[in-house]
Amino acid sequence: MLRFIASRLLQSAAVLLAVFTMTFFMIRLAPGDPFASEKSMNPDVKKELERQYGLNENLSVQSWKALSSYGRGDFGLSMKNQGMRNGKIIRDSFPVSLIVGAAALVVALAIGLPAGIIAAVKRNTWLDVGPMSLAMIGICLPTFVMGPILIAVFGLKWRLLNVAGWFEPTDWILPAATMGLSYAAYISRLARGGMLEVLSQDYIRTARAKGVPGWLIIIRHTLRNGLLPVAAFLGPALAGITTGSFIIEKIYNLPGLGQHFVSAVFNRDYTLILATTVLYAALLVAMNLVADIIVAWMNPRVRLSS
Amino acid sequence: MTASASLVAPTHESVRGRSLWQDSWARLRRNRAAVAGMVILSLIIVVCIAGPWFLPWQPDAQDLKLKAVPPGTASLVPGTSTTATHWLGTDSLGRDLLVRTLKGGRVSLMVGLIATLVALLIGVSYGATAGYVGGRTDAFMMRLVDILYALPFMIFVILLTATLGEFVEQRFGNSIYVVFAAIGAVEWLTMSRIVRAQVQSLVRQEFVEAARSLGLPSWKIIARHILPNVLGPVIVYATLTVPAVMLLEAGLSFLGLGVQPPGTSWGTLINDGAKNIETSWWMLTFPALFFSATLFCLNFAGDGLRDALDVRTAKD
Repeated sequence: MLRFIASRLLQSAAVLLAVFTMTFFMIRLAPGDPFASEKSMNPDVKKELERQYGLNENLSVQSWKALSSYGRGDFGLSMKNQGMRNGKIIRDSFPVSLIVGAAALVVALAIGLPAGIIAAVKRNTWLDVGPMSLAMIGICLPTFVMGPILIAVFGLKWRLLNVAGWFEPTDWILPAATMGLSYAAYISRLARGGMLEVLSQDYIRTARAKGVPGWLIIIRHTLRNGLLPVAAFLGPALAGITTGSFIIEKIYNLPGLGQHFVSAVFNRDYTLILATTVLYAALLVAMNLVADIIVAWMNPRVRLSS
Repeated sequence: MTASASLVAPTHESVRGRSLWQDSWARLRRNRAAVAGMVILSLIIVVCIAGPWFLPWQPDAQDLKLKAVPPGTASLVPGTSTTATHWLGTDSLGRDLLVRTLKGGRVSLMVGLIATLVALLIGVSYGATAGYVGGRTDAFMMRLVDILYALPFMIFVILLTATLGEFVEQRFGNSIYVVFAAIGAVEWLTMSRIVRAQVQSLVRQEFVEAARSLGLPSWKIIARHILPNVLGPVIVYATLTVPAVMLLEAGLSFLGLGVQPPGTSWGTLINDGAKNIETSWWMLTFPALFFSATLFCLNFAGDGLRDALDVRTAKD
């Protein structure tokens, strides 16, 4: 297990380096530059700005300088948010994304798991058909449709919650619900499928024949294997929740990191794009690692073969 | 003699073999949800393609007297020049929502189809090569896929469309090509894994061995003997990739990165509708209805195909 984690950590470092390099050259070789939108800018001023940000140097020299400053924990100076360090922008906005994402994951698991398990156990009853029809609808309602609907109902009609912004302690509820519900739909389908597969196994029949009570069969013999597909989905789900924040933050106008990333892309804010991309990549890699460890813990076969 | 012949003939007729494809087709037809999904999907496609020809409006034509008119009530507005009804109302610039929804549907469906084809092409050739060649090449190629899996692909799609959009628009007249390429470039990974796993198990089977000992060149073996056998999983996965791709495009357009105005797709229309949700419910409802219905049908059709072709999800 330790060897597995160590090799994965090494691989993660390589991935991050690759992301850094690819992003750096992709944004720099693309047309447009951060100062292009300020019309009629004096060429001398522009030159001076480029000198200040070190844009006049050789690209590979620049990328090496950026990389070594990342190594020191310095993410550079934002080009559009004047005078702001990227590190500070991230520190200010990332907690918002994190709270919403974590809450969304809790919502997804808290609704998806029980719904899927109950649907599998009560197969072909209304406890199966009802939640699974809802799940299918949930899969086909993307967050940018679900969000406005929730806003219209809870924000505009019943005036229970704020429709946008990040002012009150309840403002995370709607964004988290929007994102969490669509993942709850996926998770419930995966949980149901996995549970059904295990419930048809011989050893479950044996347990039943020996008179083990139904709830004990579920808890002791079915859950661990039956929920493997859900565990395998955790990595992609966490990734989706992270990048899904772009859309959620736009719908609810939250001051999160996703908003900064999207506007940085629009404005060609080179340093901020790089910093946010590397941060997202690091996050994804870390979460994939956690998901893999959970899978290995749940499934001894994976542990032995790796 | 004659009697026995007449007895034998019908039994011969009745045991005529059925191919695996015919078997699958019969299974698929028994699946009501899948059939309904495919029928509704074809309807949506036909309406989106043919509909705009029969409507008296252009998708970009504005009528500033008829801004944000609710569905079906255009003729009640005083001072209108037209007697025709805007069946789904108009948007905030006075453009007919029905024709825009159908036009947007064309774009969304086209993105779904073409980006999936791009992903299919890359994924199948990559996976087939890795699986067929095997050994170190295979290990290296699949390691690369593993690494690419760990990348934040949504971010790369955004970066690609944002950075190359202007360039492609100037060069080819429409930035939509970037969306095709960017989405196709990230959606091929799973496909390549599925194809590689299938090819790997096929290569070891006797009929491929026989073909090789007969001296057939590799490309012929791949084209004639291996690819037809991986067609099932490929079709199933492609069907399930289309909704994922459409979702990605709509998300990009929602962020303002995908289809650029005056072009429309369901994503941009939903974005417009979401902005006006407080005053004009129809501007969100109808595009979202079309979009969700399409996803719904594609998912049902994909699930049905998977059951009919009896494809297990590929596990490494």
